[in-house]
Amino acid sequence: MPEASILVRDLSKTYDKGSVLAVDKVSFEVKPGELFGLIGADGAGKSTIFRILTTVLLADSGTAHMAGFDVVRDYRKIRNLVGYMPGKFSLYQDLTVRENLEFFATVFGTTIDANMDLIKDIYDQIKPFSGRRAGKLSGGMKQKLALCCALIHKPAVLLLDEPTTGVDVVSRKEFWEMLKKLKAQGITIIVSTPYMDEAKLCERIALIQNGRIMSVDTPVNIIKSYPGKLFAAKSNDIYKLLKDFRAHPEIESCYAFGDYIHITLKDPSSSGLEVLNRIAMENNHSNVQIKEIKPGIEDSFILLMSQQKDLVQLTTTK
Amino acid sequence: MEEKVIVCKELTKRFGDFYAVDKISFDVSKGEIFGFLGANGAGKTTAMRILCGLSYPSSGDALVAGFSVRNQQESIKKNIGYMSQRFSLYENLSILENIEFFGGVYGVSRKEIKDRSYKLVGELGLQKEAKKMVGSLPLGWKQKLAFSVSIFHHPKIVFLDEPTGGVDPVTRRQFWDMIYDASASGITIFVTTHYMDEAEYCNRISVMVDGKMEALDTPGNLKTKYGSDSMEDVFYKLARAAKRTGD
Repeated sequence: MPEASILVRDLSKTYDKGSVLAVDKVSFEVKPGELFGLIGADGAGKSTIFRILTTVLLADSGTAHMAGFDVVRDYRKIRNLVGYMPGKFSLYQDLTVRENLEFFATVFGTTIDANMDLIKDIYDQIKPFSGRRAGKLSGGMKQKLALCCALIHKPAVLLLDEPTTGVDVVSRKEFWEMLKKLKAQGITIIVSTPYMDEAKLCERIALIQNGRIMSVDTPVNIIKSYPGKLFAAKSNDIYKLLKDFRAHPEIESCYAFGDYIHITLKDPSSSGLEVLNRIAMENNHSNVQIKEIKPGIEDSFILLMSQQKDLVQLTTTK
Repeated sequence: MEEKVIVCKELTKRFGDFYAVDKISFDVSKGEIFGFLGANGAGKTTAMRILCGLSYPSSGDALVAGFSVRNQQESIKKNIGYMSQRFSLYENLSILENIEFFGGVYGVSRKEIKDRSYKLVGELGLQKEAKKMVGSLPLGWKQKLAFSVSIFHHPKIVFLDEPTGGVDPVTRRQFWDMIYDASASGITIFVTTHYMDEAEYCNRISVMVDGKMEALDTPGNLKTKYGSDSMEDVFYKLARAAKRTGD
């Protein structure tokens, strides 16, 4: 199987006669065989990008190439080349598991048996239900069937739009294990997710918000480029601690993060631990724990969002 | 003694020989933020539908805001609020019209709706959008508005079914600020989520596995009990043992 790259340049797309800007001059590149993540919330523009790449939607401007083929001029070639799992379950509900697979294999001029090696690991898990109608499958099983159908013609590029949304932690882990195995077979994979903790499972990621890419890099480099120090704190009354920190002039940002609060300070040269302990003392907190921590992707995402104030403006005036 | 807003005793829902909900018992106190977790297919949705008065139990009982899920479903509905990721507001009504409609349905007087709806819109920072269709708002705003509408009639309890699914990390936190404020005002919060960091924000967490409530405690105690450093790990340890899969 030839390894395929994706090249996106200045892609823009509007809806409703130009009144809604869904994708705003987006550029990125996915290397052959790479596992690439588009990380962002619903409405960020992820699905629009997927639909343009899979040639089912035309961009207003900009270009996109899949394995060297132009998404507009060479759309027929691309359709044979890509496997696409949309965010919404889109298989035939009234066909059985086996019939859905046969349908997609036939459409692409192949057979299930010819490609069994690629899907075997996943298909084995739904095989006991091969006679069941797709509409009657559980969520996890639907997801596995959709993945099999997207893989049945041995695509060079696999596009997965929010495959793990609404899926519990256990099933999410299993799904990412499957992706790793597919990647090992040389398939280029681009996957979107609103879960920031899945970002670290990708080789490179694009952080996207309101149609714009805020950052593209490896998860490690994105975290490395986090400026300044990040602190975590907790006390007996964590919600009051959050409010007290937020109200203090020396604090730049302060937000809840699991069982801790994450804080950045306005003055990077100040001794953060001292400042924070002092504020906590002044407000009579007990059992205060404060430490400097390494940021995660979610911290980077929050910082990038706050730096793009015009994006926040855009959301409130739309 | 703390006022109990939900008292659930051996609640069971059976479909044929399949026990979707299998003898679950728990209490929720006034103003508590109660996290209701479980893998897909564990029975969360079924249990929640019973507690909201939308489905009858096969056996057992639960008192919600003092009313039985067996025979006082209409009284339950009047005393609760509900919002989910899917059920939002009417997209083709404006913000003010949605507040007026849902406020009216829940029996809030016309005068009170008028007095409070502008205040609410102001608190949400949506003055400029007040007369715009809800459909044109970004998802995060819709969810914050839907939450405000769900508690507009001062319910005793609000049920939140994955309220922050797909919402950006900043808006997700703003949403939790609103949950804390509602809780501080005495409204009991019953919430499901797939974000394990949000599990930490709850006063107590329950984890359902195969129709049974396998764990119920504060996040801190659960982490100690399961020797985990995160709620994600606690959940993983519990849910991995599940035999059932799917929705």
